[in-house]
Amino acid sequence: MPEQTDLGQEPQSGAEAAASPTGPDRAHVDTAAVEANPLADPTERKRLMGTVDTTPGVAKPDAVLKVDNVRRDFGGITAVNVDHLEVQRGIITALIGPNGAGKTTFFNLITGFDKPSSGRDAKWSFDGRSLGRTNASAVAKAGMVRTFQLTKSLSRMTVMDNMLLGAPQQPGERLALSLLRPLWSKREGEIRGKAEELLARFKLLEKKDDYAGSLSGGQRKLLEMARALMSDPRMIMLDEPMAGVNPALTQSLLGHIQTLRDEGTTVLFVEHDMHMVRHISDWVVVMAEGKVVAEGPADTVMADKAVIDAYLGAHHDTDLGDDALLEDDSVVAELEAEAEAAEAAEKEKEGQR
Amino acid sequence: MGDILYTMLQDAISPLTAAYVIAAIGLNIHFGFTGLLNMGQAGFMLMGAYGFAISTVEGAPLWLAVLIALGAVTVFALLLGVPTLKLRGDYLAIVTISAAEIVRFVGRNSLLTEVTGGSGGIPGNDYRSSFTDLSPFGDGRTQIGPFDYLNSNWWLHLVAWAVVFACLGLVALLVRSPWGRLLRGVREDEDAMRSLGKNVYAVKMQALVLGGLFGAVGGIIYVLPSSVQPDGMGRQLTFFIWTALLLGGAAAIFGPLLGSILFFAARALVQTGADTFVPSSIMSSAQTEQFAWIVVGIALMLLVIFRPQGVIGNKRELRFNA
Repeated sequence: MPEQTDLGQEPQSGAEAAASPTGPDRAHVDTAAVEANPLADPTERKRLMGTVDTTPGVAKPDAVLKVDNVRRDFGGITAVNVDHLEVQRGIITALIGPNGAGKTTFFNLITGFDKPSSGRDAKWSFDGRSLGRTNASAVAKAGMVRTFQLTKSLSRMTVMDNMLLGAPQQPGERLALSLLRPLWSKREGEIRGKAEELLARFKLLEKKDDYAGSLSGGQRKLLEMARALMSDPRMIMLDEPMAGVNPALTQSLLGHIQTLRDEGTTVLFVEHDMHMVRHISDWVVVMAEGKVVAEGPADTVMADKAVIDAYLGAHHDTDLGDDALLEDDSVVAELEAEAEAAEAAEKEKEGQR
Repeated sequence: MGDILYTMLQDAISPLTAAYVIAAIGLNIHFGFTGLLNMGQAGFMLMGAYGFAISTVEGAPLWLAVLIALGAVTVFALLLGVPTLKLRGDYLAIVTISAAEIVRFVGRNSLLTEVTGGSGGIPGNDYRSSFTDLSPFGDGRTQIGPFDYLNSNWWLHLVAWAVVFACLGLVALLVRSPWGRLLRGVREDEDAMRSLGKNVYAVKMQALVLGGLFGAVGGIIYVLPSSVQPDGMGRQLTFFIWTALLLGGAAAIFGPLLGSILFFAARALVQTGADTFVPSSIMSSAQTEQFAWIVVGIALMLLVIFRPQGVIGNKRELRFNA
């Protein structure tokens, strides 16, 4: 696939670029990381996931998240109805599907921001620990941290304060101890150091004393991701991390997500950008009308004509610069209609803000 | 002119102003730092005042009476918080404003005249002695600067302002701690805080109780120089405290102090100014008081529109309205 070559190059570090000069298969190999974590090696990931069937709801060799019978109804509409889903530990899993497929609702359900309609039948466990009927903060404490589609940066607080709030186990957050500075100043120093490290990695360090509300949309996405990492989560769930982010920043975000995976964090993300999905995901889960309809490695799933046509739109990988297409009037008309619809949706979104 | 200045100064340092400052500090914890819309701070004050006055009348020593007042307000705050803090912010506003009215109406109920004095309230002389007896200044009068007060009155001034500065110190320590950071995080976005593993409900409850306790202390100081008058501690008082807080600057530690002093001094300026310079054929002295309150109302509106951060609030902190 020729359009992938530009995405195939890693933008961040020279070492990465040297390790993978070309090739559609992203080769994000860092030998030091591979020693610490075998799954940092792409061939190892490929071998592992190659043993897994590509049927929806298939069992994974080492599942970190297992979900059973999660259903959510809104009035007469069933937004989510997932019978069984497992997420493999240590890899990047993408959750895709058309608008309204229930991806975000599914995220909300398993992170405790929403309650399933299926009540007691709904079960899900993270790392062997049941998380059904728990609240959102308990889910986060268990090590599964999420970000939001519409970024929730704490606008009237500094970037640094945003980061510090992400850190767990702060004795100073207890009212009784908060008055006694010596009891929490040590931990405060630790998390401040860690926050600076993360901010430097996400290129936000020089902004640390600015209010989060003054950051651009893309920087807020970065900040939200960095903040989620303050707790060293075992699994991070990103809800459309690339929405509204400019291409240059997309490259660096992709790099960050891959680094996370190489460091052993499980990543589950919702995304509409198919290039990105193909580029970094090791496994893809396709949702449509609330159900999991397909699973598999990116190439396999995307090669599935039915999945592409039904859930990604028939023209998702049409090259708009291809002049040959202009001769075919029906395609042009269709594309124009699509562009108009997208524009209208964008306007509506802005109007709501 | 001298009269106007004298009245302004007198109002600025009066224990009543100190009581406003303390109640506004409590409201600042609710609204300024945590974003809780408490529209019934006067209810917390009245509850504290009743707790203090009634237990003193029943024979409790000063320290016990204060503890009982704080205990009563804690229970009151928990009762308000349990059902409302899981809901959206507006519900707390509705519940607090009605709860404050409930306290007032229960207090003035004639069936309770034995305990609360009904609508007549509890006269100050019934409970003041346990406080004035502690005065080290003895009897007589003392003149300091232009003010010539009874020694017991100076004692009240001293204690009231000492409590104000103790409260300011306490709040400064609290809001600069990680706990204070939690408060501001909750003010900004509760869901974001949940996604970071914070217990938002507990934080809001702590803030509600703590701010209410400041209200109770303010209430005790409010009634010490006068009497417990349920009708004098109604919605109006709540709104004056809000005005004082917004005038000084919400989310600023010294905002309540500056705001309350400015509030009283400016009101005294308008009222005595109108008394002095406007002939009584145009505005009688009863009318100048009304006029002063009208000016306060207009000032509040102008403030919220043109300077939402107050006099010393951080403009940067209020600029981003997400």
